[in-house]
Amino acid sequence: MDSKKHMSARRRTFLAITIPIMALFFLFNTLPLLQGFAYSFTNFRGFGSYDVIGFRNYYYLFQDSRVGHSYLFTFVYAIVSTVLTNVISMILALGLTSKIVGKGALRGIYFIPNVLGSLVIGYVFSFFFTYVLPSVGGALGIPGLDASILASTSSAWFGVVIVGCWQAIALNTIIYISGLETVPKDVYEAASIDGATGFKKFRYITFPLIMPFFTINMVLCLKNGLMVFDQIMALTKGGPSQSTESISYLIYQNGISGGQFGFQSANAVIYFIVIVAISVFQMKFLGGKEEQL
Amino acid sequence: MENSTKVVYSTEKVKKERKNIPVTVLLIIGCITVFFPLYMTVIIAFKQPSEMTNDIAGALMPPSAWSFSNFAQAMEVTDFWNSLLNSVLITVSTVVLSILIHSLAGYAVGRNMDHSKFYKFAYLYMVSGMFVPFAILMMPEVKQTAMMGIDNPVGVVILYIVFQLPQSMLLYTGYLRNIPLELEEAAYVDGASTWRTYWSIIFPNMKPMHATVAVLIAMAAWNDVMTPLVLMGGSDLNTLPLAQLNFQTAFSTNYNLAFASYLLSMIPILIFYLICQKQIIGGVTNGAVKG
Repeated sequence: MDSKKHMSARRRTFLAITIPIMALFFLFNTLPLLQGFAYSFTNFRGFGSYDVIGFRNYYYLFQDSRVGHSYLFTFVYAIVSTVLTNVISMILALGLTSKIVGKGALRGIYFIPNVLGSLVIGYVFSFFFTYVLPSVGGALGIPGLDASILASTSSAWFGVVIVGCWQAIALNTIIYISGLETVPKDVYEAASIDGATGFKKFRYITFPLIMPFFTINMVLCLKNGLMVFDQIMALTKGGPSQSTESISYLIYQNGISGGQFGFQSANAVIYFIVIVAISVFQMKFLGGKEEQL
Repeated sequence: MENSTKVVYSTEKVKKERKNIPVTVLLIIGCITVFFPLYMTVIIAFKQPSEMTNDIAGALMPPSAWSFSNFAQAMEVTDFWNSLLNSVLITVSTVVLSILIHSLAGYAVGRNMDHSKFYKFAYLYMVSGMFVPFAILMMPEVKQTAMMGIDNPVGVVILYIVFQLPQSMLLYTGYLRNIPLELEEAAYVDGASTWRTYWSIIFPNMKPMHATVAVLIAMAAWNDVMTPLVLMGGSDLNTLPLAQLNFQTAFSTNYNLAFASYLLSMIPILIFYLICQKQIIGGVTNGAVKG
């Protein structure tokens, strides 16, 4: 058996593995993507006949206040929950990496929300917001808390944020912990000799060193925030009066059962472009700020 | 916290013994935010509708009697055992098939992407699938799977395998860089084909990455609502999360029954987490950091 023969057999094996898998990927990922793109130029309702209507869906998309509001809601949700999640996770991670008693158990407990399904968690919190919180708020006489926060158009979005954060914090904390554990101990010792303490130490020593983990958490959190669906489904179903309708919920709701297959396909195309643009921007912007040790 | 760090680092010798009690206490108090929703789930699942008063006691006090009748009824209404079986079957087959297929793909692409334009393209093509939100694929996917006759658990498994491929591709190709080519060359000298070398040498060597991939995919598949919802929404087949969704739509007023059902759906993953906590946390961290 000569080497040349072996190499060509090896090449054939690689191709025999790669081509079917790429074909599968094309069939269930790229092809539906192309179909969605094609449907976005039609007035297809999901059934029956349809016509090609050019860019009309896109034209109406930018004038549709319901679509506009879903973008606004999704962005506000994603940004607020990303900031809240990262601040709380960072504090928790600093606590969980300090010299505490029962470190392993505490870390294990704080990770629990991440393993539970977000739909069921949403249902549990929905009950909490509707019955428990108002009864506590009413008894203590806190204004604004004596009724369900999910029932008001001005506060329902924050209920969704709380549930989203409750689960996201678990994951982000663990990622920050693994980041903090990569920081060598002697760096801190050198810093304390130089007189850096407290927030200064965190700001100038710790934070730059765990910058890559900050990047990961920002990207993860913002991406999950922009795709929020389960929590909406469980907590508000987009209500009250469409105030908490996220982009993916609207696409699901009106595209699949609302007879707007074509129109929502156009919405999905724009949504896709927005996600790609943000991801690329984040990786370029945040990726360049990492500190090398 | 700041104080103690100063103390700890300036007095090297007592580092091991000195524990930060205030932070420990704060963190233990913080656990309430994790346990309270779970506590609420448990007490409401055990209560009777008559105990559900609208005051604080009604919401927070434990039930007067611990009866399992809600659970028995919830199991019947949600067809618990069948839903559980479907969830287990979907998750297990997704994980097993994904590991086999994704690791092969990662191997073939990872061994060639540095010197071949085609494989570099294949890599970028499949990894870029990560940016495609399910929302844009959802509607065509419903049509396509129905047309192919796989608008059922089989289709759900296929979609999971495809949607998880970008992440696994990143993880496996990254890990493959740690496995020297010399290992394979030794096997080749002994006359083994690439295919056989893969299964006897590379596949076992990628074991740590299999664990990471398995955890990530298992959790994603187990808790996912959207894919089974759009693919098998109209059918009698349920997964565990889907059963909760249908239950909620049909019997939204009986909270005790609903919460018994939620608790039942949480128990399997909580048990799994208790047993494999290290692997799960390790897998999730690995996946996020390397992926």
